[in-house]
Amino acid sequence: MALEIIELCTNCWACQPLCPSQAIFEAKPHFLIDANKCTECAGDFEDPQCATICPIEGAILNEDGEPLNPPGSLTGIPTQKLAA
Amino acid sequence: MQLPVINNEVSEANSGGCSAGSCGSTDDQMNHLPEHIRQKVFNHPCYSEEAHHYFARMHVAVAPACNIQCNYCNRKYDCANESRPGVVSELHHPVQAVKKVLAVAATIPQMTVLGIAGPGDPLANPERTFETFRMLSEQAPDIKLCVSTNGLSLPEQVEELSKYNIDHVTITINCVDPDVGAQIYPWIFWKNKRIKGREAAEILIAQQQKGLEMLVAKGILVKVNSVMIPGVNDKHLEEVSKIVKAKGAFLHNVMPLISEAEHGTFYGLTGQRGPTNEELQALQDACEGDMNMMRHCRQCRADAVGLLGEDRGAEFTMDKVEEMEINYPEAMKMRAEVHAAINEELESKRLAKESKVQLVSIQGVQKKEVTRPVLMAVATKGGGVINEHFGHASEFLIYEASSEGVRFIGHRKTTPYCEGGDTCGDGESALDKTLRVLAGCEAVLCSKVGYEPWGPLEAAGIQPNGEHAMEAIEDAILKVYEEMRVGGRLEVKAVVQQKVA
Repeated sequence: MALEIIELCTNCWACQPLCPSQAIFEAKPHFLIDANKCTECAGDFEDPQCATICPIEGAILNEDGEPLNPPGSLTGIPTQKLAA
Repeated sequence: MQLPVINNEVSEANSGGCSAGSCGSTDDQMNHLPEHIRQKVFNHPCYSEEAHHYFARMHVAVAPACNIQCNYCNRKYDCANESRPGVVSELHHPVQAVKKVLAVAATIPQMTVLGIAGPGDPLANPERTFETFRMLSEQAPDIKLCVSTNGLSLPEQVEELSKYNIDHVTITINCVDPDVGAQIYPWIFWKNKRIKGREAAEILIAQQQKGLEMLVAKGILVKVNSVMIPGVNDKHLEEVSKIVKAKGAFLHNVMPLISEAEHGTFYGLTGQRGPTNEELQALQDACEGDMNMMRHCRQCRADAVGLLGEDRGAEFTMDKVEEMEINYPEAMKMRAEVHAAINEELESKRLAKESKVQLVSIQGVQKKEVTRPVLMAVATKGGGVINEHFGHASEFLIYEASSEGVRFIGHRKTTPYCEGGDTCGDGESALDKTLRVLAGCEAVLCSKVGYEPWGPLEAAGIQPNGEHAMEAIEDAILKVYEEMRVGGRLEVKAVVQQKVA
């Protein structure tokens, strides 16, 4: 069970200090999560911290490859406007 | 610590400079600040239109993380309303940032202020922000530090902030009503949770107000920035202004929303417009009775380096800075001499101005309806005189003349007429744009005006005037106003406004 940061990441550093397992590390071209360390914050926090502060929709995926913050969920921008 | 003037060329050699989102103001406001505050900010390029032309500031991008979302910000870029949109700053680690600051300060001795404004929220990156401040306080005690924040984590950082050479903090406060806030902030990160809607706004507002009170109690100057969003918080900002003033903020800077669709912000993509120049000015006027207002904010790029009208950022990219050998203690001596010379010149200008102050100052006085107020635009390169050609001006300073004197209203940017070409594709011509930004003005004073724009200016109700080249701005405006009075053009009647779509 581990989360994944994908190429939408803007390297804003917000998630890295919050991770209770020190699973997030700086890398090129973007931050990554060490799948062996990630616990999805189970036992530490109710919500996975990286996905809770991440400002970029779609940048963090769950085990099934689904975005924890789907398009429009953070900015409130209607999806048809996002596509345009 | 007055040193003798050893370099008389200083005032000519530098033509001033600002660069930052937390920037603004005018010498007019400066002179109305209490003396202890004026002493603190007189050499801050963003607090005085005059200092703007002598001193420079820079920002370092050490704080990329943010703990809230604003509807005017696209986190894929830098914050649209705190720095020019679409330009992603070169992100620095604190050690790099300090190296860069020392290199700039040694090369551009007029650089007096270092700000951390983002690109996220500086106080959401406390380790990086405070490490930078700590090193700079030790290595470059002659540089003033400033920081801007959304305020969410301000209360727990006030103690730490008070340890450094920080003379003011800017808090962006867009509302004091959570129902208004819910339309501006979609979420905050708070106590390990993402909070949305009204509840989020409620927490943010409470933290901002608490932080403001704590800073004031510590004796740290607080400036409040507000983004004016028509239909959302425009009316509400008058109340914000009253409250932050009552709590001890020393200056309020109302900035227009920037919301182009291509910036990809919520407001940009949903068609929320920014205010017109006239709307912004009306709000600033309405707040002014209660509060020292900033009129000069140019919403500069947060990572620009250098003096007014020039960005020397390209000279100080990290790879170039790494190669520079900086002996800062030596540089500091040279800087002290340059600063002393500038201060002496500014002080003598201020004293000269004070002797005329009864003539021109009207701050805080109720308007008597004797002759109607008139807006005039001025083209200047700085120094308080009319010294710019109409066609070369990339911005105009706007003044209001009335029977009570002259006061500075703000600045309006345009595309220099002489550089604009005949038309810019299917867009408006550079002259059309200038006519639009000068809407509401009845005269434009410049060192020279060409033949071609003369007719269109007159047709738009804006009298071109090149008769006062090199004269002091306020004096020239009073003369033109007097000519208008004598010419019978100042009866109390509705001002002819060119309405612009």
